[in-house]
Amino acid sequence: MPDALGLLRNISWRAWRVWHRDLLVYRATWWTNLLPPMLEPILYFFAFGAGVGMLVGRVLWEGREVSYLEFVAPGLVSVSVMFSAVFETSYGSFVRMYYQKTFDAILATPLSLEDVLVGEILWGATKSVLSAAVMAAVIAAFGLLVWPSSLWLLPLSAVGGLLFASLGLCFTAVCPTIDAFNLPTFLLIMPMFLFSGTFFPLEVLPGWAQVVGWGLPLTHLASLLRASTLGVAAPVLLPSLAYLAAVNAVLFVLALALMRRRLVR
Amino acid sequence: MSSPAAGNDPRPDAAPVVHARGLHKRFGSLVAVERVDLDVAPAECLGFLGPNGAGKTTTVRMLYGHTPATAGEIQVFGLDLAEHLRAIKASIGVVSQEDNLDPDFTVLQNLLVHGRYFGLKRRHLLPRAEELLGFLQLEERRHARIRELSGGLKRRLVIARALINAPKLLLLDEPTTGLDPQARQAIWERIRALRRAGTTILLTTHYMEEAAQLCTRVLIMDHGRILDGGPPQDLVARHAAPHVVELTGHPREAVDFVAGCEWPHEEAGDRLLVYPSNGQAEGVLREICSRFPIERAILRHGSLEDVFLRLTGHALRD
Repeated sequence: MPDALGLLRNISWRAWRVWHRDLLVYRATWWTNLLPPMLEPILYFFAFGAGVGMLVGRVLWEGREVSYLEFVAPGLVSVSVMFSAVFETSYGSFVRMYYQKTFDAILATPLSLEDVLVGEILWGATKSVLSAAVMAAVIAAFGLLVWPSSLWLLPLSAVGGLLFASLGLCFTAVCPTIDAFNLPTFLLIMPMFLFSGTFFPLEVLPGWAQVVGWGLPLTHLASLLRASTLGVAAPVLLPSLAYLAAVNAVLFVLALALMRRRLVR
Repeated sequence: MSSPAAGNDPRPDAAPVVHARGLHKRFGSLVAVERVDLDVAPAECLGFLGPNGAGKTTTVRMLYGHTPATAGEIQVFGLDLAEHLRAIKASIGVVSQEDNLDPDFTVLQNLLVHGRYFGLKRRHLLPRAEELLGFLQLEERRHARIRELSGGLKRRLVIARALINAPKLLLLDEPTTGLDPQARQAIWERIRALRRAGTTILLTTHYMEEAAQLCTRVLIMDHGRILDGGPPQDLVARHAAPHVVELTGHPREAVDFVAGCEWPHEEAGDRLLVYPSNGQAEGVLREICSRFPIERAILRHGSLEDVFLRLTGHALRD
């Protein structure tokens, strides 16, 4: 395993050229790219608002009573942040690396492998922010956002996006084939999707499950996003932010190291 | 002289573009490249000739840092490779063996996006891209998608892309493998034009004809080692003969006869190749044909194929 400092020294601002390449591809098909994050919350709101919400009524969060839609909306944004980044740097990066040999072509230019990987991570995070922004606009139309604190959605989505982009790249580094992504998706991403305080408060779960839940990065992201959409400055927020920063740093270096192990032979 | 490669440098006085010593690559227990010494002089077109698995691609990949060498030192443009990798890659063009064009972009976009990786500004990049589209006769396909291109057009685009940064050294890894003869000729013509313009070129191939047509100097490679090197005609003179007698459908006794006469010869599959000394070829052919019933006997010029056979004991297309 190469040393972390050596990996970090290989990174340069040229990483943005890879980010720019991905942006150009995205722009060419921007309409189909923006449609899912626009439709997703509308579908969810119909299901949860008209469906689950009718059964649940009001929810207690951080000592405050909120409607189920107000509770679930930031949870949906956090889920979208996670999926956007993870899918971009798992399936998306895998296709570019393995099938299109795009990385090989770029490595014949002054860019280093780490430049390419950081560009991919930055792009994954960008997709998270774009998706969060579109979703927030739709949710705002339902009158579910408190302003101006909801503006925090964007920088927080960037933090979460970087984290999940690094996580997705770790999957790419260890999955031998594209079908193998099913394994980390079902072992890690789906449980996170369901048990991170996204659809219901963690407090309703048994104690051990709450402990596990608070270990998941998505729990902290959902909680931070919820605080911003509800305009709450709760004390749990700073440790959550610190936790996301720490996991971010670990996954970032891990992604670079695992990818170098996979690609450099 | 540590290796035949070094001994055959046609311009030992000029500072080499590539200078490698003891280049060694191991993948697990497999030694892919074994202590290769290599010098590439400015403006020469050096060919690596060898079968698949000879270590040609691995050698090329080590020269631009794509694959780290297990041992050995590499200098490109007089700079240490590991230390100055980015600067070196800025002046190299790479045509890799596998097609790695960006299918998300058009022909022109492929050139522009690749140019941007080199930090080229759009006002320089656009005219350069247009110039290269012209040079490789791709103007008409400017806005075509990659999947709409034939194999030959894709290859030409990969070459255009490798030239976007006006490289001082061009690495071509099997530039025409899998192409039809027409597409191959078109690419050879462009490579010759680049050579005339003074570009230093290093190419790998398993086509004798390609090496003979394009290269000013050829290194014969097999099992990770360079067996000999030099201008194609020198290699032929050294290891084969100006004229070669090639037989197929001959009886076993013909081989014994040739061996008995102590004529240099090789057997390759069902062929018997005899390398008579200068001026003797016609006599040898007549001699054999008068003694044995032979299905097909021809007299032809010696080629790199003969060199390869004599050096390795097996045909290139095994």
